[in-house]
Amino acid sequence: MTVARFYVPADAGALAVGADAVAGALAAAASARGVAIELVRTGSRGLYWLEPMVELATPAGRVAFGPVTAADAASVLDAALGQPGASPLFLGATEAIAYLARQTRLTFARCGIVDPLSLEQYRAAGGYRGLERALTLGPAATVEEVVASGLRGRGGAGFPTGIKWRTVAAAPGDRKYIVCNADEGDSGTFADRMLMEGDPFVLIEGMTIAAFAVGATKGYIYTRSEYPHAIATMRRAITIARAACCLGPDALGAGRGFELEVRVGAGAYVCGEETAMLESIEGKRGIVRAKPPLPAHKGLFGQPTVINNLVSLASVPIILADGATQYRDLGMGRSRGTMPIQLAGNLRYPGLFEAAFGLTLGDLVEDIGGGTRSGRKLRAVQVGGPLGAYFPPALFDTPFDYEAFTAADGLIGHGGVVGFDDSVDMARQARFAMEFCAIESCGKCTPCRIGSTRGAEVIDRIIAGRNVAANIALVEDLCATMKFGSLCALGGFTPYPVLSAIRHFPEDFTRMSEAAAAE
Amino acid sequence: MIDSVEWRPDRAAEIIAGHAGTEGAALPILHDLQAEFGHVPAEAVPLLAEALNLSRADIHGVVSFYHDFRDHPPGRHLLHLCRAEACQSVGGDALAEHARARLGAGWGQTSTDGALTLEPIFCLGLCACAPAAMLDGQVIGRLDQARLDAIIDEARAR
Ligand SMILES: Cc1cc2nc3c(=O)[nH]c(=O)nc-3n(C[C@H](O)[C@H](O)[C@H](O)COP(=O)(O)O)c2cc1C
Ligand code: SF4
Ligand code: FES
Repeated sequence: MTVARFYVPADAGALAVGADAVAGALAAAASARGVAIELVRTGSRGLYWLEPMVELATPAGRVAFGPVTAADAASVLDAALGQPGASPLFLGATEAIAYLARQTRLTFARCGIVDPLSLEQYRAAGGYRGLERALTLGPAATVEEVVASGLRGRGGAGFPTGIKWRTVAAAPGDRKYIVCNADEGDSGTFADRMLMEGDPFVLIEGMTIAAFAVGATKGYIYTRSEYPHAIATMRRAITIARAACCLGPDALGAGRGFELEVRVGAGAYVCGEETAMLESIEGKRGIVRAKPPLPAHKGLFGQPTVINNLVSLASVPIILADGATQYRDLGMGRSRGTMPIQLAGNLRYPGLFEAAFGLTLGDLVEDIGGGTRSGRKLRAVQVGGPLGAYFPPALFDTPFDYEAFTAADGLIGHGGVVGFDDSVDMARQARFAMEFCAIESCGKCTPCRIGSTRGAEVIDRIIAGRNVAANIALVEDLCATMKFGSLCALGGFTPYPVLSAIRHFPEDFTRMSEAAAAE
Repeated sequence: MIDSVEWRPDRAAEIIAGHAGTEGAALPILHDLQAEFGHVPAEAVPLLAEALNLSRADIHGVVSFYHDFRDHPPGRHLLHLCRAEACQSVGGDALAEHARARLGAGWGQTSTDGALTLEPIFCLGLCACAPAAMLDGQVIGRLDQARLDAIIDEARAR
């Protein structure tokens, strides 16, 4: 008989800080004591500063310990078998940890709780209620439910998901596709990864609902080679779902099939752009396509295609299960529902924080994120990945909302929030933005391909203190050319981090020239 | 350790044949070839071109577009260091500088003893446990200089 059940994450973030060693040490300590324990490997709850976080099942619910090292495992086991509270690593009831208790977990409801590859646990925790309701509503009403929820794309552009589905549903085509954009290339983001590793069936269900709603028969999940654990878990989940007939020839009811396949990118950031992604799935170079035609009309292999971010698709099951109204009632302005915000970089409490739209940036980084991990002053926050703006503390009152961020010359993107302390050199960050654009450009537009290389060179001159005022003006000019002369947001939005760095942190661009003048 | 074998055309043909019927099979095939041989040998290009009914130039264009595909074998170990912003915010640049100096190798290069190839990577999704790295496919978070030194020493010894 097992005397205790432990949960240890197998999420890549937890593995990266030793979760496997902790699981091994717990098992070894148990066998040394001659007790039988059950070890369940889960996804992560997303409280990464506490990883590896070990949970213990108790009659009153789960309690947590963290961060646990392999060397702590024996003492955690002893405490678990006697007085859990006696462990110095004891964190109390998991759900009562303020960071979790303050969240509204809808899309991430099961992540870190269930065994990611147990379809039984998925169903027991509310899985497949959404698809069941969709099947009773019928395709058209399912699309309208997603429209009514107010769900907008979580990949960056914020386009209403239901409207996209409506277009694909209405488009004539022999074959339609659902493509899940799980390329998650933005620094500071890991929500897609966590879901693939922690609750893969929610994505399978979301894509199945999308297929039913628009009449698609095949789906692709395009993810990154940088995510080997997510790829493995996702593929195993698909195999399990197929064996249970949740995928395959009768996935949408007798005779209505849906097949799903994982495709792996090859280290090209631009393949996160939807049309470059379609090219890549077709086996070509990831060159951005001109629009029109829209992917909704002519997408993958020329057929009508829904392409949505992973979080968009994974939010659909709960919307269908609980109804559009419940989802739409959360949020602010035109940003409805919840957003899994990812707190990263130099923050004391980095992790996944799913909440209704409307928290301010300051709430997120100072209150929830706890300020910097280094203990120094928080000086800049980049929101929305490498194409997102840097915010100074003076703008921390900006609410997390698509429109508010646009108004502040920024974007929320995929919800990544990266903190920097006062040791950051913003001229170097601006240079990096240009360099990144140059490395990742698909090469189709001159302003993006050449402008970014030139931009990095000019910023080098600024950093060296040469003709600073004239060179800053030149960078601003280059940014204007990139913004208006680029086909996609790689060239078009790289000006956001560059110009925000210049505007909000001008002292970092003039320091060298002042030093030179003083000599 | 990078687990790869010498180029064998028959093995490559087998890998390619394994993807018959896959829509847009180029990337899956290239990944499998690289997993097998440690890189995508130039000899594979004509085989792929024939199987996919494309020109050699087309295939070469695909291979060269994607940062992942190498045209020569890596060292005994492969270290990917994250160069992206969240890792920069907690000292990633200094770690990269240190690694390059100790290995005497730049990005994409192998140390002269053949022990380790250093590759840049732009985000591993471990940004809440930054700085991050990947050694032979194993993820590493909260990397610091001592750990990096240990990784390099171990790689050289094995
Ligand atoms: C350079 C570039 C990279 C992008 N990377 C991603 C990405 O990694 N994930 C993503 O979902 N969307 C990404 N996008 C946005 C997609 O083009 C597209 O808007 C999105 O997949 C649509 O899904 P959504 O409406 O559900 O957000 C990127 C766009 C650009 C221009
Ligand atoms: S902006 Fe850059 S990445 Fe986008 S299409 Fe043009 S060249 Fe390609
Ligand atoms: S930025 Fe380094 S892991 Fe994401």
